[in-house]
Amino acid sequence: MAKILRRERLVPNIHLIEVHAPDIAQKSKPGQFVIIMPDEKGERIPLTIADWDKEKGSVTSIFMVVGTSTHKLSLFEAGSEVPVFVGPLGKPSEIKKYGTVLLAGGCFGIAAIYPVARALKEEGNKIITLLDVKANYLLYWEEKLRAVSDQFLVSARDSYYSCKDYIPKTLQNIIKKGSKIHKVISIGCTYLMYTCSEATKPHGIETSVSLNPIMVDGTGMCGACRVTVDGRTKFACVDGPDFNGHLVDWEELFSRRKSYFDDEIQSLCHWEKNNFPR
Amino acid sequence: MAEKKKIPSELKEMLRVGFNKEWRKELRKSIPAKERMKISSQKMPERGPEERNKDFNEVNIGLDAKLAKKEAQRCLDCANPGCVMGCPVGIDIPTFIKLIEIGDYVQSVRKIRETNSLPAICGRVCPQEVQCEETCNIKKAKGEGVKIGNLERFVSDYESLKGDVYIPPIQPATGKKVAVIGAGPAGLTVAGEMARNGHKVTIFEALHISGGVLVYGIPEFRLPKSILRSEVGYLEKLGVELRENFVVGLTATIEDLKNDGYEAFFIGTGAGLPNFMRIPGENLVGIYSANEYLTRVNLMKAYEFPDYDTPVFLGKRVAVMGGGNVAMDSVRTAKRLGAELAAIIYRRSRVEMPARVEEVHHGEEEGIEFHFLTTPIRYIADEKGRVKAMECLRMKLGEPDSSGRRRPVPIEGSEFIMEVNMVVVAIGQSPNPLIAQTTPQLNVGKWGNVEVDWDTMATSIEGVYAGGDIIRGGATVILAMGDARIAAAEMHKFLNTRKKK
Repeated sequence: MAKILRRERLVPNIHLIEVHAPDIAQKSKPGQFVIIMPDEKGERIPLTIADWDKEKGSVTSIFMVVGTSTHKLSLFEAGSEVPVFVGPLGKPSEIKKYGTVLLAGGCFGIAAIYPVARALKEEGNKIITLLDVKANYLLYWEEKLRAVSDQFLVSARDSYYSCKDYIPKTLQNIIKKGSKIHKVISIGCTYLMYTCSEATKPHGIETSVSLNPIMVDGTGMCGACRVTVDGRTKFACVDGPDFNGHLVDWEELFSRRKSYFDDEIQSLCHWEKNNFPR
Repeated sequence: MAEKKKIPSELKEMLRVGFNKEWRKELRKSIPAKERMKISSQKMPERGPEERNKDFNEVNIGLDAKLAKKEAQRCLDCANPGCVMGCPVGIDIPTFIKLIEIGDYVQSVRKIRETNSLPAICGRVCPQEVQCEETCNIKKAKGEGVKIGNLERFVSDYESLKGDVYIPPIQPATGKKVAVIGAGPAGLTVAGEMARNGHKVTIFEALHISGGVLVYGIPEFRLPKSILRSEVGYLEKLGVELRENFVVGLTATIEDLKNDGYEAFFIGTGAGLPNFMRIPGENLVGIYSANEYLTRVNLMKAYEFPDYDTPVFLGKRVAVMGGGNVAMDSVRTAKRLGAELAAIIYRRSRVEMPARVEEVHHGEEEGIEFHFLTTPIRYIADEKGRVKAMECLRMKLGEPDSSGRRRPVPIEGSEFIMEVNMVVVAIGQSPNPLIAQTTPQLNVGKWGNVEVDWDTMATSIEGVYAGGDIIRGGATVILAMGDARIAAAEMHKFLNTRKKK
């Protein structure tokens, strides 16, 4: 059992969860993930590690409410426990001196890019942070991210922030304006990572994405998370989750991620009916 | 074929002493060998195929005392017992069987536990027909050996039903800490042995339930989880500590654990990444590795979806690639989850199938189809990217290959289409990569298997041993346990000599 130290709704549908996990906090590196189960009947859900505190012995993740298990998680209060919190899983992101790195994040990825940005900044890179939100009120962790960014941009469809366009277009504009970018890292929904990869491809800018296929065990046993990269089958949980976005078979990933769409709805209806009878 | 091992001298001596005991002599005399040979093999009672292929309850019901006694009487109590030579963990089989014959079940199971800490599991999942039952002397004479596995199951079930599981004497505490990595059959065996030797054992398990393949792989209808729980509980009574949700290599490395005071290590991390056939369309939606399919159903209880959150496809036309036990478990699971067609697709013929004979037989009764000498060459998707059919080729058997089995050769022009909406690929797996990735000094073979000295199970790092699928690639529960016994003996020796330093 792992104790929940904090669970709060950051913006509608996006929650923060901080869990007491001293072993994992000691070992966490940017780009890695944990697997959490809300209860004995829940799914094993992979969540990117968004922050950790070695002294406090805690690990923080951000999650979006999608299916039944994430719904359950969103109702937890500090002091309660989850039966499974295991990690840190996956290979860490490659942290080195690239020059200028642009980090593009959306939804849960806004938090997921934070430890990567922090580590790259410490390594002496110039950091451009580019976030995507549908509307300005959906932005969170602005101060945290500004603190590790040399340039901070937000694409919000309601244009309260820097630019109105969807991320890839903004990204293209930045490239066209002649800023030299040595590396792009994109974390967020599959569509965001795909479009960012497409945007940088013609310019030959190395682009890393943190893939989010469906997982079950997350420790290199089951093979659920297989993705095709450069024509070869890779397992995101042990070979990734970071891959070269220009080499990913995106169509396959989109299709595999939708595998259980109908089941997820059935599961949610079942759970809501049993727990919130009207 | 059974791997006939030379019996170690200590075991030989133990067998000789047992054989010469007065009660054994009398028992042998009480029914002449000639009469014993006339007794026919007692059939394992089982639930009817049409009842059992709709649920996940156990297929075999188990022998009752009467049947067990009758079966035990078939055993001739040979002076040179062939059965023991076929047992990877060297159980004193004649003694435990003769104890059943005289009705002393408690002593019988204790006898087994001297060399095997998981008898209720082995009695159910060991391929006895190619091990002890294959080398049984009666088999040579009568064609059917004593059903040793069924008898092993009988006494261990008797013990757990009675509820007083015998805790053997534990050696005085040595104060030495032992880390066992992976709570599968190999790890559980090492833990039991080392705890009895007085060491402080911790098992580190990545998943949330201990048991390894026994929990995520082997289905409830073949090995009820309650059996596993009681065997794990037995280890806890021996003083073994279980740390689930701990991935050695990532949560802490072997080096970190050394710094924490652990002195000896056993790597039993088992089978890892599933193998695929590398044919077009293999990553389509609806195509599972057997590991994923069985994990969803067994570990995550997807058969109780939506009460449990993890879903699984309920394929109506299911093809399972492969001919081993994992393939049989997958296809019989699919049948239980409502498949109208549940078929094994195997590129060789029936005689080459590595699965236990009983499982194939049970599968046939339950309505599983077998397509031998067939292999898929590509999968075909519907408009949503889900598998809807596969193209197959017919094969014929050619010359024997390196495994001694006749190599399947494609028949040209024999392509045909089979409509399926779910596929399970059960053609084996590579060893789990995590320990190798995170332990730089560890020597690893071409296939990712941890390299060991096969006489001692020692790896390239002092104090670190390994066994089971992590060194073999993909084998059986009992072979893993055999490795584990060797490793445990060597680890004990290693810790003792260290003490003297």
